[in-house]
Amino acid sequence: MPVKRVQKTPMPERDAVLRSHDFGEVNEGYGIAHAQFEAERCLRCQDAVCIDGCPVRVPIPEFIHEIAKGDMRAAAEVLRSSNPLPAVCGRVCPQEVQCEEQCSVGIRFKPVAIGYLERFVADWEMEQTDIEITANLHRDEKVAVIGSGPAGLVCAGELARLGYPVTIFEALHAPGGVLRYGIPEFRLPKDVLDWEIEQLQRLGVEIQCNMIIGKTITMDQLMGEMGFKAVFIGTGAGLPSFMGIPGENLNGVYSANEFLTRVNLMRANDFPNADTPVMVGKRVAVIGAGNTAMDTVRTALRVGAEHGLIVYRRSDQEMTARVEEHQHAIEEGVEFHWLTNPIEVLGDDEGWVTGLKCVRMELGEPDASGRARPIPIEGSEFVIPVDNVVLSIGNRPNPLLLQTTEGLKSNKWGCLVVSDGSSETSREHVFAGGDAVTGAATVILAAGAGKNAAAEIHDDLAAR
Amino acid sequence: MAKILEKRPLSPITKLYRVDAPLVAKAAKPGQFVIVRVRDGGERIPLTIADYDREEGILTIVVQEVGTTTRYLGQLEVGDEILDLVGPLGMPLEIPVEGHIVGIGGGFGSAALLCLMRELRLRGDTTTIINGAREKDLLILNEELGEVCDNLEICTDDGSAGFHGLVTERLQQMIDGDAPGRPDSVVAIGPMPMMRAVTETTRGKDIPTLVSLDPLMIDGTGMCGGCRVTVNDEVKFACVDGPFFDAHQVDFEEAVRRNKMYVRQEQESKDRTTCMKLAVGQD
Repeated sequence: MPVKRVQKTPMPERDAVLRSHDFGEVNEGYGIAHAQFEAERCLRCQDAVCIDGCPVRVPIPEFIHEIAKGDMRAAAEVLRSSNPLPAVCGRVCPQEVQCEEQCSVGIRFKPVAIGYLERFVADWEMEQTDIEITANLHRDEKVAVIGSGPAGLVCAGELARLGYPVTIFEALHAPGGVLRYGIPEFRLPKDVLDWEIEQLQRLGVEIQCNMIIGKTITMDQLMGEMGFKAVFIGTGAGLPSFMGIPGENLNGVYSANEFLTRVNLMRANDFPNADTPVMVGKRVAVIGAGNTAMDTVRTALRVGAEHGLIVYRRSDQEMTARVEEHQHAIEEGVEFHWLTNPIEVLGDDEGWVTGLKCVRMELGEPDASGRARPIPIEGSEFVIPVDNVVLSIGNRPNPLLLQTTEGLKSNKWGCLVVSDGSSETSREHVFAGGDAVTGAATVILAAGAGKNAAAEIHDDLAAR
Repeated sequence: MAKILEKRPLSPITKLYRVDAPLVAKAAKPGQFVIVRVRDGGERIPLTIADYDREEGILTIVVQEVGTTTRYLGQLEVGDEILDLVGPLGMPLEIPVEGHIVGIGGGFGSAALLCLMRELRLRGDTTTIINGAREKDLLILNEELGEVCDNLEICTDDGSAGFHGLVTERLQQMIDGDAPGRPDSVVAIGPMPMMRAVTETTRGKDIPTLVSLDPLMIDGTGMCGGCRVTVNDEVKFACVDGPFFDAHQVDFEEAVRRNKMYVRQEQESKDRTTCMKLAVGQD
């Protein structure tokens, strides 16, 4: 029987002072006792509304019930049948605005810690050595997946499960997309990501790195001489935006993409053992307040910055970061400059960053996004002394594939156009999903898009 | 992985590699580049494609051993694999002006003129290559370059081979009417000071000039923005919009400054590779 308890079972975390100097994972994960204790809180609702909050529709009460019973193997089976990336999603999903927001327990108490439980099951599975996964690629139609981020990985996993031989083409030298180059080790350890990818390879998914579709080979080659019958485009939103303010090309100014890629993909934190450096002074200002901005400022602290600053033109009410990331950033000593809009990066005679000139803002009426519009306060300009500026103000889809592919339509933001309620692009047998379609969003929305696209590709191939 | 099929020293610090990379060789066009990584933990560096053989599936790259990665690369022998090689990246060179095209190469930059000038000649242009170096021993690929153009001009700063002087001095003579004649268009590939000098030599003379910029890059696909350069007051990403830009519009001062961003770390890394036994392919 479900047990009434007001609070979530807390997630064991590493001490903020210790962890902000290394890349070890912040959240330590539930043990079996925590997990069963928390699982007892689930009401096992007949009408499980939590599932409606999940983009990949994990049968949440079912796997939680298995945890409560102590049958972790069954819990893992339930989870994996609906989500090919449980260890990732259990760590990086914004559960508070998805499954946990819907949770019935949450009406009166704190919702069930669905995310922590998902992670627990995946971590349990990771420790087992006797779980059988075998490839059964019994179909003939080859499918190509472009990009190995969350959308591509999930789409490929689902297709392989349906029996299709799938090849993922990845532009970088290692698979994972934003999970590899974007999300830091302290939030998503790379060995967890490697394990998830390994499970997909065990299902028969093939991954080819260093392949840029549109450059190394074209879409026409893929669908022509190479014989792929359908293609899924999951190329993400990897083109960083800049503000267009003076001083953005000074030495010491980075895009969040570059800063994080240097550390996460190229291991600049281990320079000079690894060959790629990253330039970090004492004071690092990160512009923006999304999850990427939090990842960036916390990474800056871990590679030697003494002060990590978030500079955001709106207030903490409008920030888009997950609650937990914001909380962790506060604990680690990040300084927040809300209602502060940068207008110029200042530099010295040799072109190095020395400061960020800002103007104070106040909030006005809601704008098109529904959030209060920030308005500059006249005459309030001031300078924050900093050594580095990192822009984390969003990304747009990369145009490389579009430039060389006939018949693919995009909108004015460079996002691929798909039919309403589907992932069909303007080109026959070519499907797309994730950030490449929506613009920069979350891992789980991309995963959901990849899963839906796999079902559509299956229908498309079956109808031929 | 790309297997090295041939390795040839061109000068004491420059080596030519022919590597097995059929997909890249098939897709490559003049002026494009590849990104390579040579060891686990290694950096990604851009290298200009010197030449390609589509039928054989072989790519030619020329490497000057100036930093950590190029030194690791220099240790690789025939039969070894380059850990990662991806491309072709960047926009192919486009020279709209037809007529007498002068390609100027400085140091190992001359290698990139191989496929480039051959294609222009096939198009029907009259082609001249000015191959320059500080001294005779540092000149590379004279014979091969001579085969792909109509006129090969050799310059050395110290006069130990060919014309005694800078490539820009020889270029100025041609602009003034010396054989083989005034250029209709110029393309320069080489060290930044040389490209900058060429740019000033042709400025205001109605000679369209292109330079190949080589800023620091990581992914080479437009993802990091580390390679941004200012051209005609607009910010461009050299990896996807370049590497060739209208020389007279390039903010060279900024480009030079940005390329020096990691001088200290580059030296630290290089000193380290000097001290330790170069163990390629191992961490």
